[in-house]
Amino acid sequence: MTQQLPFHEGLFTWPAEQPELLGSRCEDCGQHAFPAQDSCRSCTGTNMKTVSLGNRGTLWTWTIQSFMPKDPYSTDETPETFVPYGVGYVELECGLRVESRLRENTPESLEIGMPMELEIIPLRTDEGVERVTFGFKRQAAA
Amino acid sequence: MTDVAIVGLGLHPFGRSPTMNGLEQGAAAARAALADAGTDFKAMEFAFGGSQDGGNADSLVNLLGLTGLQFTNIWNGCATGGSSLNAAYSAIKAGQYDVGLVVGFDKHPRGAFNPKPREWGLDEWYGETGLMLTTQFFAMKIQRYMHDHGISRETLVSIAEKAFRNGSITPTAWRQTALSREEIENAPMVSEPLNKYMFCSPAEGGCALVVCRADIASRFTSNPVYLKTAVVRSRNYGSFEVFAPSQAPFVAKSPTVTASQAAFELAGIGPEDVDVAQLQDTEVGAEIMHMAENGFCEHGEQEKWIAEGRTEINGQLPVNTDGGCLANGEPVGASGLRQVYEICLQLRGDAGARQVPSSPKVGYTHVYGAPGISGVNILAT
Ligand SMILES: [Zn+2]
Repeated sequence: MTQQLPFHEGLFTWPAEQPELLGSRCEDCGQHAFPAQDSCRSCTGTNMKTVSLGNRGTLWTWTIQSFMPKDPYSTDETPETFVPYGVGYVELECGLRVESRLRENTPESLEIGMPMELEIIPLRTDEGVERVTFGFKRQAAA
Repeated sequence: MTDVAIVGLGLHPFGRSPTMNGLEQGAAAARAALADAGTDFKAMEFAFGGSQDGGNADSLVNLLGLTGLQFTNIWNGCATGGSSLNAAYSAIKAGQYDVGLVVGFDKHPRGAFNPKPREWGLDEWYGETGLMLTTQFFAMKIQRYMHDHGISRETLVSIAEKAFRNGSITPTAWRQTALSREEIENAPMVSEPLNKYMFCSPAEGGCALVVCRADIASRFTSNPVYLKTAVVRSRNYGSFEVFAPSQAPFVAKSPTVTASQAAFELAGIGPEDVDVAQLQDTEVGAEIMHMAENGFCEHGEQEKWIAEGRTEINGQLPVNTDGGCLANGEPVGASGLRQVYEICLQLRGDAGARQVPSSPKVGYTHVYGAPGISGVNILAT
């Protein structure tokens, strides 16, 4: 099986059967950040702890990227093979709104408030290593 | 403390100037402003200038003359012009100088901006995986706003229609052809719900202002415009901003709201006193949201305002009378100063075919830029 590595370390648990986003929580004021950072955007403090942000949320807003972005976009796609993708902010259970690619890519399939779940998606192959990033998709009915 | 007057206006037309580099367009604007003030570069005691892609602003001295003045470069994203004017305002208010030049210019490559993640404090993955596009942010902000405040797609179209109509009667505008609703509605989608005609494009151009102590303004002009306040603010935690991998669980006042409130307080007037305004319209949603963020209407009232034509040139509060960024394009370094230039023309009664008919006395400019910075100026005759 092809080796899968994240585009960037520390954004989500990987490898994992049920990956979760990773972020930080301020031990002083309780606000979260994604990606994890050493200082707090809310209270200016530096008492931060890396925590799981879970893998579920609801869609807060969305759009659709309908043309292939230019540099620094770096996937295996070409303008010919490019498939439009959704982009949105997903409100996680802790309240933080995380920006993400969305699997749904039509106005009909996207709705503010819809339940979302994390997925890990391959976007590029580097010398046999598949680079993966996080995305969200509509939560499967329970 | 002394008041500050704008006594010279210069603009090198926005759009494309294939035979001129960015600095040359800045120099052309500077010379036009100096001529408008009936003065020359030797008389300038200081200059503040900025450009994103057009070169170092202080290199303008090679073209304008090596006079030894203090020339400080300002770079503050889309708010560069606002920040330059703010710096000049402070220098004169503080009594440091009597008269100086504010200049902005740019010459961007064609197509959308392609920002580099590292320059914005972000790691490469953010750009590589397709999240670092300002168009996405603007689309997502107005998408949520339409959901929360009942703004319709028809209103988005109306803003674009007004911009190109106003551009068509502005000789210095880049886009000088009015577009029909159908043409706007049928343009290719860029980022749902915003299509090609709903976004402004990077462009070229230059703009300059001569500013001085109010009590010496009559040396330069018989119709000075007074800069009542020049305020710049960055974002607070919770402001919904571009280039943000995550946003707070609540939406706080944007830098536009904080800059606007501070500007009105300093000027001692309110939104109801403004006769003509320039509101940052990098896309149609921005103009709609900025109407409320700057205090001119309540959130959601834009739907009625636009339907009634209240922001048209002959309306109660004309907005972006020269077609704004949508019709002029956005040479980043010059764009904020173009707003001030247009308001000064309107207050002087020199705006030609697009002149607001009611002899406007108080004008307002608002610029907004990545990653969450706003500049507001209040001007009066
Ligand atoms: Zn904190």
